Amino acid sequence: MSSTDTTKAEAAAAEKTPLLYDPKVRGILYQIGVLAMVGLLAYYLMSNTLANLERQNIATGLGFLEKQSSFEIGESLISYSAADTYFKALLVGALNTLLVSFIGIVLTVILGTVIGIARLSTNWLVSRLAAVYIEVFQDIPILLQLFFWYAFFYEILPGPRQALNPFTGVFLCNRGLIFGIPAAHPAFLHMGIAFVAAVVAVWALKRWARARQARTGQAFPTFKVGMGILIGLPIMVWWLGGAPTAMDVPELKGFNFKGGVSVSPEFTALLLGLVLYTAAFVAEVVRAGIQSVSRGQTEAALSIGLRAGQVLNLVILPQALRVIVPPLTSQMLNLTKNSSLAVAIGYPDFVSVAGTTINQTGQAIEGVGLIMAVYLIFSLSTSAFMNWYNKKIKLVER
Amino acid sequence: MSAEQTDRQPVEELKPPAASVGVLGWLRSNLFSTWYNSLLTLAVVYLLWVSVPPFVQWAFVESFWTASGKECLEADSGACWSIIPNNIRFIMFGFYPYQEQWRPGLAVVLLVGLLIFSQFRRNWKKSLLYYWLVGLVVMGILMKGGLGLAPVESTKWGGLPLTLLLSVFGLTAAYPLGIVLALGRQSRLPAIRSLCVVYIELIRGVPLISLLFMSSVVFPLFLPEGVTVNKILRAQVAIILFTAAYIAEVVRGGLQGMARGQYEAAESLGLNYYQTMRLIILPQALKIVIPPSVSILISAFKDTSLVVIIALYDLLKTTQAVLGNPEWMGFSAEAYIFIALVYFVCCYYLSSFSRKIERELDTGY
Repeated sequence: MSSTDTTKAEAAAAEKTPLLYDPKVRGILYQIGVLAMVGLLAYYLMSNTLANLERQNIATGLGFLEKQSSFEIGESLISYSAADTYFKALLVGALNTLLVSFIGIVLTVILGTVIGIARLSTNWLVSRLAAVYIEVFQDIPILLQLFFWYAFFYEILPGPRQALNPFTGVFLCNRGLIFGIPAAHPAFLHMGIAFVAAVVAVWALKRWARARQARTGQAFPTFKVGMGILIGLPIMVWWLGGAPTAMDVPELKGFNFKGGVSVSPEFTALLLGLVLYTAAFVAEVVRAGIQSVSRGQTEAALSIGLRAGQVLNLVILPQALRVIVPPLTSQMLNLTKNSSLAVAIGYPDFVSVAGTTINQTGQAIEGVGLIMAVYLIFSLSTSAFMNWYNKKIKLVER
Repeated sequence: MSAEQTDRQPVEELKPPAASVGVLGWLRSNLFSTWYNSLLTLAVVYLLWVSVPPFVQWAFVESFWTASGKECLEADSGACWSIIPNNIRFIMFGFYPYQEQWRPGLAVVLLVGLLIFSQFRRNWKKSLLYYWLVGLVVMGILMKGGLGLAPVESTKWGGLPLTLLLSVFGLTAAYPLGIVLALGRQSRLPAIRSLCVVYIELIRGVPLISLLFMSSVVFPLFLPEGVTVNKILRAQVAIILFTAAYIAEVVRGGLQGMARGQYEAAESLGLNYYQTMRLIILPQALKIVIPPSVSILISAFKDTSLVVIIALYDLLKTTQAVLGNPEWMGFSAEAYIFIALVYFVCCYYLSSFSRKIERELDTGY
């Protein structure tokens, strides 16, 4: 009796593992160890930094944002002068970054899609050309491409007097890209309003058409009617507003162009470099996406009687987009991050303005911190939006 | 009946129509299959006709290969390639002492030789690791001096050796760190997992240039008084920290590709975490991620050009320095095309290597 009791007790003791061998306890110990190491490192760096800052008499904190910047910025979307604060200067830089990224992303997606489709073309010449483009532009560093386009504007293009004139109203010279726009007229504002109204109308039409198809089975030519409204309504407003056709065309006056819109060489070089470089990557993404939809899908769709447009819209694109969207997002983020190379060719983006701020105030930690924070905000908000979109188009398995 | 059948002579084979075989057939099916394809072909041919001959004229027919910058300017016609041979030593080696430039040259040859040697799978043995260790030590001595070689300050390093150094060392040092981060991100311990997630997402969310700024202006503030770290090493650390985050994501992809059964089998054998990873999981996971790792090497190689912005004299910066010389001012196109060619050859070689290895490792399931 007693012997069995002791063996039971022994078994119980053996089952109860020593504290140090318990995976849970070990896990907690490991975590405490790692956190303590990270904490110690952070403390060491912080104390060094504080001592250094004190020794070198560098101010800390974001107080400098309120001070007068006293430097000019070449290009700005909002009114800015050297008398404004650092905060406003940085805002100008952030807006410039957003501007070049936004236009860059739109152009890149268009160009990348075209090249990606061209890569898959049955036309040998077109597909070879697209392949060469992709390989060449992917394999040359973006910074080198930016320097090349920058030099292209300043060294190779002629002055305003001998400006290249590829199309009427468009001039290319070492002062940048100058082109004509329609002269200001109240009708254009109304056209904008009409366009927004048309978008709302098409959205409502689409909902109605879908509900009707679900109810009655009758399809409605939403695409054709929708395009008609989107294009027709603004044109009607334009015609009602007196059909203004006057153009604001650039003209050579003295040493430079007057009128029209002129885009600086820095901006054009940056945009050109970013778009041509990123489009090569986007083209590969698009090609992979299209190739991921098997040929059987197209054949099946055709065999149940869908028209070519419907096959593309209802069968191919929904499946290809699912493959395309995640890598496309990361390419868009790459473009935004690469726009920080503007600093190398003198376009006043956020990094460039923050760099000047660091030089003037000496507050390097705050400056670099701001750069990182701004790009993190861009990245995180883009990926949040894309995650939402991705979830929306994700495959629903039943 | 049967006699009639056997009497029949074999019918003479019909030849396919002339327009569907040979050059003509190829042209028809590849370039002129439909009316819009024909139109496209004609448009492309026209574009090439407009752009290629003038370029050839500029680059080869009217170009100068030995003339001085002044002669090029006076002639003002074709490309002035002589900017390259006249400045090649500076472009390749920067401010490295002129008489000693055979040393970085030899180091580059050694490095490229090692890289080419390592690309063959039959050389992937433990001895490869020792070759690399010996090679790196020799390269270090060649660059820095010692053992009878005159010492050269690292501030004088530049050009191609610097570019290769930053990218190859960057990747090699970043790889172990990236693996640790990837394992940390997969860990069951919440504190470790969140530390790794924050690090990876933080680094991937910001441009490399902000890290380079950090290394050049903020990092000195982190060090205790009197301690300084040279500029190249600081940039190198920034590149390593940056690349590690990207490697971590690639390795994570490989880890996620492992079947759960692998972990369970390892556990049932009684292997602990370290043994499971070292013997079972990582060897398989790392094999899957060789091709994407090569793409990371390619982008690390291209990204080293960003050190121009913190004024290190890599290949791109030495070229710009030459372009700043009054004699050679204005020949940017030629110089940049040459450098682009150097980068292109290296990256193209690496990416075709990556494609080859992907085919070889593809087990088909």
